[in-house]
Amino acid sequence: MTTPLLSLQGLTKAYPGVVANDQVSFDIGEGEVHALLGENGAGKSTLVKMIYGLVKPDSGTMLLRGQPFAPPEPRAARGDGIAMVFQHFSLFDALNVAENIALGMENPPPMGDLASRIREVSETYGLPLDPYRTVGDLSAGERQRVEIIRCLLQDPKLLIMDEPTSVLTPQEVEILFETLNKLRSEGTSILYISHKLEEIRTLCDHATILRLGKNVGECVPSETSARDMAEMMVGSTLQTPERSGREFGKVALDVSGLSVPSPSEFGTALRNVHLTVREGEVLGIGGVAGNGQDELLGILSGEILTTADAVKFNGQAIGNLGPTPRRKLGVLTAPEERLGHAAAPNMSLTENALLTGSVREGLESNGFLKWAETKSFAEKIIEIFDVRTPGPENAARSLSGGNLQKFVIGREVLQNPAVLVVNQPTWGVDAAAAAAIRQAILDLAAKGTAVVCISQDLDELMEISDSFAALNEGRLSAPRPTTGLTVDEIGLMMGGAHGMEVAHV
Amino acid sequence: MDLGEINPVLLVASLMVAATPLLLAAIGELVVEKAGVLNLGVEGMMIVGAISGFAISVETGSPWLGFIAAAIGGAVLSLLFVLLTQFALANQVASGLALTLFGLGFSALMGQGYVGIKPPSMGDIHIPVISDIPVIGPILFQHDPILYLGIALTALVWAVLKYTRVGLILRAVGENHDAAHALGYKVIKIRILAIMFGGACAGLGGAYISLIRVPQWTEGMTAGVGWIALALVVFASWKPWRVLLGAYLFGGITVLQLNLQAAGVAIPVEYLAMSPYIITILVLVILSADKSSAPASLGRTFHASH
Amino acid sequence: MIVLEKRPQPSKVWSYATPLVAVLATMFFGGVLFAILGKNPVEAIGTIFWEPLFGEFSFYYRPQLLVKGAPLVLIAIGLSLGFRAGIWNIGAEGQYIMGAIFGAGAGLAFYPLEGWYIFPIMVLAGAFGGWLWAMIPAFLKVRFGTNEILVSLMLVYVAEQMLASVSLGLLKNPEGFGFPGSRNLQSYESAHNAELIAGSGMHWGVVAAFIAVIFAYVLLNRHMLGFHIRLTGEAPRAAKFAGVNPARLILFCLGLAGALAGLAGMFEVSGPAGVVSIDFNVGYGFTAIIVAFLGRLHPVGILLAGFLMALTYIGGEIAQSQLGLPAAAIQVFQGMLLFFLLAFDLLTNFRIRAARNEVA
Repeated sequence: MTTPLLSLQGLTKAYPGVVANDQVSFDIGEGEVHALLGENGAGKSTLVKMIYGLVKPDSGTMLLRGQPFAPPEPRAARGDGIAMVFQHFSLFDALNVAENIALGMENPPPMGDLASRIREVSETYGLPLDPYRTVGDLSAGERQRVEIIRCLLQDPKLLIMDEPTSVLTPQEVEILFETLNKLRSEGTSILYISHKLEEIRTLCDHATILRLGKNVGECVPSETSARDMAEMMVGSTLQTPERSGREFGKVALDVSGLSVPSPSEFGTALRNVHLTVREGEVLGIGGVAGNGQDELLGILSGEILTTADAVKFNGQAIGNLGPTPRRKLGVLTAPEERLGHAAAPNMSLTENALLTGSVREGLESNGFLKWAETKSFAEKIIEIFDVRTPGPENAARSLSGGNLQKFVIGREVLQNPAVLVVNQPTWGVDAAAAAAIRQAILDLAAKGTAVVCISQDLDELMEISDSFAALNEGRLSAPRPTTGLTVDEIGLMMGGAHGMEVAHV
Repeated sequence: MDLGEINPVLLVASLMVAATPLLLAAIGELVVEKAGVLNLGVEGMMIVGAISGFAISVETGSPWLGFIAAAIGGAVLSLLFVLLTQFALANQVASGLALTLFGLGFSALMGQGYVGIKPPSMGDIHIPVISDIPVIGPILFQHDPILYLGIALTALVWAVLKYTRVGLILRAVGENHDAAHALGYKVIKIRILAIMFGGACAGLGGAYISLIRVPQWTEGMTAGVGWIALALVVFASWKPWRVLLGAYLFGGITVLQLNLQAAGVAIPVEYLAMSPYIITILVLVILSADKSSAPASLGRTFHASH
Repeated sequence: MIVLEKRPQPSKVWSYATPLVAVLATMFFGGVLFAILGKNPVEAIGTIFWEPLFGEFSFYYRPQLLVKGAPLVLIAIGLSLGFRAGIWNIGAEGQYIMGAIFGAGAGLAFYPLEGWYIFPIMVLAGAFGGWLWAMIPAFLKVRFGTNEILVSLMLVYVAEQMLASVSLGLLKNPEGFGFPGSRNLQSYESAHNAELIAGSGMHWGVVAAFIAVIFAYVLLNRHMLGFHIRLTGEAPRAAKFAGVNPARLILFCLGLAGALAGLAGMFEVSGPAGVVSIDFNVGYGFTAIIVAFLGRLHPVGILLAGFLMALTYIGGEIAQSQLGLPAAAIQVFQGMLLFFLLAFDLLTNFRIRAARNEVA
């Protein structure tokens, strides 16, 4: 038997209160695309950070081509041929592509030479990129290319990719897979982290499945059904949300001809957006991150004001109203970022319940706060949405992602909204919590609430929405009924492959 | 009133002298801010530099040793800021204020024995021929060495930030400390060095006031120059050459209002004396529209979690 | 190797304990400093903290505690609201000066008329002066996004020049034999902020300070506006999401801080100081920043911190006259206090733990 490229033996890493990795062992062969599969919080990120030298294992060893391997820092790992493409890109918005790439290299050549090498590599692997563009202006797919090229310039033996397709359109995923296949044929090993089963079945030679920090099984993805892999990953059979056939009522939310510049420097301006949502309807809005999702949520929540007529609720112009009057009317929202946007991290759950609940739940009179009522509202959210916490006096930041998300969504759902807009409702949330949140959204729609669900998880959107539209560079495609949509059609609605035209210059 | 008494050549020459403390302090702070740290303690580091430099020059008779001591004094004080913001993860605004309040008190304590003393003079550089050219000579080529050091430092900071890897890493840390950390750069270490450089520069600037511009020691003699230096960095949009330009502009205003006071213009002295501060505010207002060039991590605390 | 571990939530115990620990550390290192200056550290610390309260002349010093503490508390309460919301007004010294100028100016405008209405008008004028001065950075921040830290600080220097100008001009005592400074308000009955109970130190400024503490407490704990102030400081984006109008909050926080600082200046000039003069201001506006942090930006904490800081002022003066301790040493002492406080505050949010070597 040949020596594997990298062999992990009994890696363990504990953080206060949680064992992130417990005796994890597996091998990655030369020229192999190895999938690391697991739910959010299964310990995938911690494991790769150990391989990349960002975190030191408490115990266990690693062997690289049979030699002991214990990188004290990323620099050392890079020196040994390990490269990593991060899930949240480690890029610098204000610097250009070449500067960003130079920062990820041990001994970068002078800028001029580097730029021509970037062009060279980007053409070889079909990943067009202009070395002198400012990274902040690039699309998510192009930003990923920066990271990949940064890695490729180092001639890595092992390329680690952390959830690489979460920011890509289906067409861009195809291009990425071509690149990865080319790398495999050249002998590069790839550790591919994902929770998307179909992708893994298409791409990977071998898969290791993590659950709660433990290696719970290995398989050859092409010979294993997605359902079996899912059960290994989750540990039990999942129940998919139920949806009942329902009639839609009158138009509740109506956005027409909306164009708004982005409030932040590297944000996306919305251009001529139209959408209508009827009572009881769930409109799913897909698209790669950074194509105007945050801005759209801001406009619907009232954080970004527009002309009055651009946004209408039951025929009433509300575009110029702030969040509080909109809540009074019944237009509620739940932003993507839990800590710092939807909730204040250091404040208690009671205080966070007050944050959006004061108007509809009558938690204030003449500006004076009713703490007792607020506390019982928080307790009600905790109870109904099964939020795991010792009590409402605990700080928001002490909750796990899934629990806080249940709290944040539950806070809006329990206020009986006429319109509910959610952005990434299950991002970074474990499967059970995600299922509960989706069910809550569907139940709300069944009661007649008009729901807008912005998400990058296409599976989620297909599961819960009645109609689908996609955001692409600030433009919203015309909504279409979800039933009968193909992946290709969805991909084209999302804008196909971004930035490929450079290839032909 | 006699405006004729104002000699334009002397005015320009003294403008450069008046600008130098500002330039030194601001160029140091620019490096600190480029690394993503907002140190509001410039005033405190300057005044400590002023007294350290003054005391050591008086004791040793060497202004050179004085300036070295001032740089060390400023850097040592900045270590307190390092302790608070980089290790104790305290709020940078509050820590900067603490540094200034502490520095003002500490310098007053150190300077008790030095009030009313005249420090040894540094002497101006005199290059034969060039320095004797009429008009240009006195303006450009008859100054003390530290003034030229200030200009050289500006050029150096510009070149390092723009062309070197060290400069690139420094900018990267200020732009996105989490990403820099993920790539394996020592964010804290780089920031500590930047803060100490800023402290040393502020110290030099302070000593320039007590040893050359005034030259004597009085309590609180920096009189807000450190704060104006902070404003200057904003004014310059974090670009070294614009710091130089800004410093000369402010130096010009200061010198002009002093000259106008001396010439007995019909404007009350108090209104002339407050003019540099008011102009600083006006400049801040005009330039506050453009924040795009500020380092993205400026003022944010970095703590490496897992 | 020592690592910091973020607590799941802020520690209640440490949030109360850090100010005490900081005071103890300051006493210790202050003692070291005094020893270096050649003074007996125990005697010096004792003089500063013991003499004013329980010493032979405490009957004189105790009222002074109220006199010196009141302006500190009044200013710090205003500053703390802004600090909580992430609005950094560090120009309270200027607002204090302007309050004094406006207050005294309003009073002197009536001279030599006597009337019950004069003092209330002065109070309003003082608050207005401070408010006006604080509205400059507030307005510039709201309208142009100008940094309020630098603008409010620059305005201190401008206010000091204004003070010089009016002491030599507009408000100069016409019967003052040419000396700079205004008429003494202490000898103008309608304008005099006299002691309410003779010998107690209690004047209207002290009353105002107590009212401000209660007001701030209710605002922060029982009112939506206070909740919004705290929310903005904790998470500005969440505050915007909750419906907070940041511009209005800036105007409110800076305006209130300015008005309170102005009141402090007005009560000072019409009472303990009596005269508008070039050296009227003694740095209360800056010391109040220390008071605000030492009180952990909490109204009751600020009340205690204000009187502790007053104690160091008075004790410092005693140490100056009895032991020859330099005045600047007390300034350093106060600076140290802020330092240790910021440093120990770490313990509220982090746990310190020894750990095996880990890549930082």
